[in-house]
Amino acid sequence: MIDATITDKKRNLRDAYSSALIALGRRNPDVVVLDADLALSTKTKRFGTVFPDRFFDMGIAEANMMGVAAGLAACGKIVFASTFAVFATGRSYDAIRQSIAYPELNVKIVATHAGISVGGDGASHQMLEDIALMRALPNMVVIAPADATEMEDVVPAIAEHNGPCYVRIGRADAPILFETHGMFEIGKGYVLREGSDITVIATGTMTAEALKAYDLLKKEKIDARIIHMPTIKPLDEKLVRKAAKETGRIITCEEHTVIGGLGDAVAMAIAKKPVPMIRIGVNDVFGESGEAWQLMEKYGLTAENIVKRAKELIKKS
Amino acid sequence: MHDEKLIKEIKRKALEIRKWVIESVYRAGSGHPGGSLSVADILACLYFHEMRHNPKDPKWPDRDRLVLSKGHAAPALYAALALAGYFPVEELKNLRKIGHFLQGHPCMKKVPGVDMSTGSLGHGLSVAVGMALAGKLDKKDYRVFAILGDGEVQEGQIWEAANAASHYKLDNLIAILDRNKLQIDGPTEEIMHLEPLAWRWQAFGWDVIEIDGHDIEEILGTFHEIKLNEKPTIIIANTIKGKGVSFMEGTLSFHGKPPSEEQYIRAMSELEQVERELND
Ligand SMILES: Cc1ncc(C[n+]2csc(CCOP(=O)(O)OP(=O)(O)O)c2C)c(N)n1
Ligand SMILES: [Mg+2]
Repeated sequence: MIDATITDKKRNLRDAYSSALIALGRRNPDVVVLDADLALSTKTKRFGTVFPDRFFDMGIAEANMMGVAAGLAACGKIVFASTFAVFATGRSYDAIRQSIAYPELNVKIVATHAGISVGGDGASHQMLEDIALMRALPNMVVIAPADATEMEDVVPAIAEHNGPCYVRIGRADAPILFETHGMFEIGKGYVLREGSDITVIATGTMTAEALKAYDLLKKEKIDARIIHMPTIKPLDEKLVRKAAKETGRIITCEEHTVIGGLGDAVAMAIAKKPVPMIRIGVNDVFGESGEAWQLMEKYGLTAENIVKRAKELIKKS
Repeated sequence: MHDEKLIKEIKRKALEIRKWVIESVYRAGSGHPGGSLSVADILACLYFHEMRHNPKDPKWPDRDRLVLSKGHAAPALYAALALAGYFPVEELKNLRKIGHFLQGHPCMKKVPGVDMSTGSLGHGLSVAVGMALAGKLDKKDYRVFAILGDGEVQEGQIWEAANAASHYKLDNLIAILDRNKLQIDGPTEEIMHLEPLAWRWQAFGWDVIEIDGHDIEEILGTFHEIKLNEKPTIIIANTIKGKGVSFMEGTLSFHGKPPSEEQYIRAMSELEQVERELND
């Protein structure tokens, strides 16, 4: 089991991204960073200030940025390309498919402002299908870290991995869950709480909600196992199957459409020996403007909803 | 001026490329002869004279790179690579065959000498920009060539890349535009106009050179005109789609269709006739 607690301390994953990127840039001269006129928001600008020779703003031309990243990678660079998730994946899908995933080039797409918690900007900016898009691509690793500590571990880990990676993080500050570094490994899921009545598997921003749900369920005498699944592809299928076998029920939680994300990946993993399952996510609709917490509440991305659905599932099965 | 021996040698290579285009597409039963034939002379000049490369070391870090952005001309690229010695020419007979490495469109993971996987139009120039940028970062003197179709430059991403290339002063980047004036559905100017094409590239900050893309001497000479002046260069090569096979020249129908058996025999005998004349 991994040590994880929800504290009052919050930290933005974008800050963690830029600090980790700078540390990586110091160690490795092959690291090159690209952005598409959102360098202040994604915080890659900080890398650009420290390493102006290795930072290129490609302007508002995301597909081109992905192609340029591929060309740099084909010449031996480890390329980080950042912009908002909606532009990084939707706008650039074919460039990623043709020039990065198919030739399996060493490009790390680190997308910020993923999910509905983008808030006020509304549906045009709330990317809810990026995991589905990236997960469908052969050769692509897909990661959604839960907190700033983990994000700082994800950056060097994906730099070590030779091949394309997609990392999605949110806009909002997130509670710090992990006090210490060194846990993250590509392709591994983590049991944060042991339990035998039901398993809650969460990724990204939803892991904090799953941890809160654990405490609430506990009060109702329900023993939930909480799994944090930072890597959605390749999925830690062994851990999922073990949980299915041992707890007999699974709920997945993601700040993403229920189509093609973590929920579907988990369902696929247990398809041979299925157990009753509920996928929590955005139910095939676009988002809207509002405060992040209001939206998370309205679209059921909360600990309270996890509890509600868990009780439903236990009652029915 | 280039000596006549060299010009003749390259003409021979271009002919061999053309013959292999017909042969491989005929055997495959599918593929794109028209745009492969229009770019054959350019590829011959690049792989048999202008480019710094080593078929024995396809990943040589200092090599000049070539991105065939109009990836459907793969038969011509494969022929040039095989003739240059990257893999046995006999392999060209296995184009598009299951289990063989010569994919319908260039795949850098499978084919030695292919610097970038392409096929979806409009991506290659961006990749070439990245390669040229890497060359600048590493202070290497290699050049990056990108071959574009004329219809292809209707893609918006081409212009994103064009803008980035001049912004980052990539004078190590050379685009060659195969101006055969045809795309699939018709002549480019009828489908979606490109003119004034040279002016558009100039407006994006590029040096523009216009040439006859089938005149070996002129193609070779052009590369001497390229300046290291902090500007990318585009060579607009006026060509004829299907060049070298009379009944394919200037036609739409052989964009993506293989010759029939009778057409294959006719095409080969036409090309062999030119080869005999060249050898006389
Ligand atoms: C993005 C994309 N759209 C459509 C196609 C299908 N396609 C293949 S070749 C071609 C026409 C290309 O015309 P041009 O660039 O002029 O090439 P050439 O005449 O040299 O064959 C099209 C539309 C494609 N390969 N990629
Ligand atoms: Mg054309």
